[in-house]
Amino acid sequence: MTVTSPKLVKLDGIEKHFGAVRALGGVDLAVGQGECLGLVGHNGAGKSTLMHVLAGTASADRGSLTILGEAPAGYSPGIAKKLGVRCVFQELSLCPNLTVAENTRVFHPSLTGFNWRAKAGRLILEKLDAIFPGHGISASDLVQDLAIGRRQMVEVARAFTATDEPVRLIILDEPTSSLDAHTARQLLGFMRRAVADGISFIFISHLLGEVLEHCDRIVVMRDGRTVADADATTFDRDRLVAAMGDVEVHARETRANKGRARGQSPLRVRARPRRQSGIGELVAHEGEIIGLAGLAGHGQTELLLAIFSAAMRADARAEVTASVALVAGDRQADGVFPLWSIAENIGVRSLPSLRQGLLISPRREDALANLWRDKIRIRTPDVHHNILSLSGGNQQKALFARALGSDARIVLMDDPMRGVDVGTKLEVYDLIREEADAGRTFLWYTTETDELKQCDHVYVFRNGAIVADLTSDEVTEQKVIQSSFAEAS
Amino acid sequence: MSASGVAAKEVSRVLGRGSTPRLLRALLPALSLALVLLAISYLNPRAISYFGFTLMLNLAVPIALATIAQMFVIAGNDLDLSIGAFVGFVGCVTATWLRETPLLGTLVLLGCIATYAGLGALIYLRNLPSIVVTLGMSFVWQGLAILLLPKPGGKAPGWLLATMSFKPPLIPFPILAAAVIAALAYVGLMRTSYGAILRGSGGNAVAIGRAGWSLLKAKMVLFACTGVFGVLSGLALIGITTSADANIGNGYTLLSIAGVILGGGEFVGGRVSPIGAVIGALTLALAASPLLTFMHIPPDWQVAANGATLIVVLAARVLISRKEAER
Repeated sequence: MTVTSPKLVKLDGIEKHFGAVRALGGVDLAVGQGECLGLVGHNGAGKSTLMHVLAGTASADRGSLTILGEAPAGYSPGIAKKLGVRCVFQELSLCPNLTVAENTRVFHPSLTGFNWRAKAGRLILEKLDAIFPGHGISASDLVQDLAIGRRQMVEVARAFTATDEPVRLIILDEPTSSLDAHTARQLLGFMRRAVADGISFIFISHLLGEVLEHCDRIVVMRDGRTVADADATTFDRDRLVAAMGDVEVHARETRANKGRARGQSPLRVRARPRRQSGIGELVAHEGEIIGLAGLAGHGQTELLLAIFSAAMRADARAEVTASVALVAGDRQADGVFPLWSIAENIGVRSLPSLRQGLLISPRREDALANLWRDKIRIRTPDVHHNILSLSGGNQQKALFARALGSDARIVLMDDPMRGVDVGTKLEVYDLIREEADAGRTFLWYTTETDELKQCDHVYVFRNGAIVADLTSDEVTEQKVIQSSFAEAS
Repeated sequence: MSASGVAAKEVSRVLGRGSTPRLLRALLPALSLALVLLAISYLNPRAISYFGFTLMLNLAVPIALATIAQMFVIAGNDLDLSIGAFVGFVGCVTATWLRETPLLGTLVLLGCIATYAGLGALIYLRNLPSIVVTLGMSFVWQGLAILLLPKPGGKAPGWLLATMSFKPPLIPFPILAAAVIAALAYVGLMRTSYGAILRGSGGNAVAIGRAGWSLLKAKMVLFACTGVFGVLSGLALIGITTSADANIGNGYTLLSIAGVILGGGEFVGGRVSPIGAVIGALTLALAASPLLTFMHIPPDWQVAANGATLIVVLAARVLISRKEAER
């Protein structure tokens, strides 16, 4: 399938190695003007690396890159920006200690002079208002004080701001992973409007529905190569998954919790959100998967953390009757230990059982790490490599392994599937169900309706309180969104 | 809502609104200063006067300058363990060469600032831990100071003595000087557009680099600023003590670090506050000797008591910020 519009960016035979690991093995990719290109593939397929090459933050070992028909010499992030290539990376690239306006200024060298603060503030707010109406962010807010979803909104909006440099191509690497359904839809709608104005996009997402619905053309990557490249209309979900090299999308809707009545098994968690007025509390029993839903940042994470600390010391608001492990969602802030190896990162929750005398037994630690590497397929040749050598999704898998490999009877999950590919997700769903049947309890905060369907029971949050209490049969996207907004509109 | 109301709301959205947690965080250093002042006024009401402040805060000016110097490196996630020895060396240069051969003295002081910028470049390019490099430099500065002035002596230049004994009407000189220092550092680091880049390099260096800024330049500028304020601190110190000693600034390394932390700064993440740092330095200067003297603590015990005060004040700050975070 050829694209008739002129080529904006062309990558030819890009190769990239990290030590012995081949990340990219000769990738060709072209994006036309005013085209939205969807890029899908497994964790570690090379999507992010390819985008780093395109954005100038990594250099290719071999291959050529042309922008507007020219091959820029000494390609760097600065030159990429001058040529109009913007990138919203998967790892947030805002400075947490600066305000929203100051972060905008960092992005625009031309924002100087006496009034730069106000200029930068107006610039970013204009875009935030256009993309995410009702975002509730002020230009003087410190980024560290914003919830992860709002940080993502700022990051996305910043990529759209224009001063003296043109905006031609915007790379969105998992932009919706930290956004709730409502804001994700706002972003996708805005993206289509911008495409109509002639801006090109490369859109990376593991939510195949988003890609199929909003992209003009889809490229599938596998093991550092492109394996499919065609018009979006020629794909459907199953074809995409097949091209990514996955097991068939097996009966996604099946739930193993058929016919189990609530409350038969012993109580594990009983908790009340701090801002809850009237009745309403979260209850979880042994072997249940409990979903926490609602818009991002409405008190779900807070409650999970309250439950977590209640397991350590008595708390009036929460009652917890077994040991707890947490799978962090904001993996950079409170997930990985960046200086440690993969094995150490997995083993840290299970140190008592890894002990030999007073010391940690490296043999047992390795055994645990290798077991989980094989079980959930963490893509690494050696578990002794630094955790940061893994791609984002694989780091998240290691965090899963940390919790599931521990002795905790209750696992709290704070939107843990950010940036995890479809195949892995399905495997993890099965794993969670299996573990739940074996008597573990899961409390699962997620922004994706597909994941809520895996739960036995769902609580919807709004403004820090539980506003709806749905059984698994009642969970639909509409219903969740309806409850999330009920009184607000 | 009236048109002006809408406009006002827009302005507050762009330029800032009274965000309570941030305001509280900013007010914490002032609170600890107020506590120390309260204790002093309770123990000795006569100290709260023009003359009393001039006397008590005399040594606060060089401490405040050294604290600001330290703050610049901390803003870039580094630490300067040589600032005390450096202030001592600057003091020796001031009391000797700067008075006898002003041109040579000025050149040496400018060279010191260039050396600091070079240290920043070295630390960035070779990816060295700043603690190691500056610890090494502290011995270099100290050695040079001893070579220059083997035994205490020298004399401050007349213009410096005149500056430091300036008596402005109404407001005591140290308070005026502290306000000027705080304002200067605040505008430079917090309000200018390049200041945002400097702080950003401490918050998320990768992001700053990706946006096309030179991290080498940022690091060099931060270290050069430390050099500038270190030189100013040495000058101010000699202006007060009138003569120099190679060991005169040794206590400043830890005092300056404590001042930055007391003022609301953090060791990593580019979170610093110039105004808080100056207030922190004033608090330390007051809590050091005046408060202890008024409490009739014998000089033998004052150093230990000083350390204890420091722990109490810093612990209070941590407790208050944790309370605030929980709310």
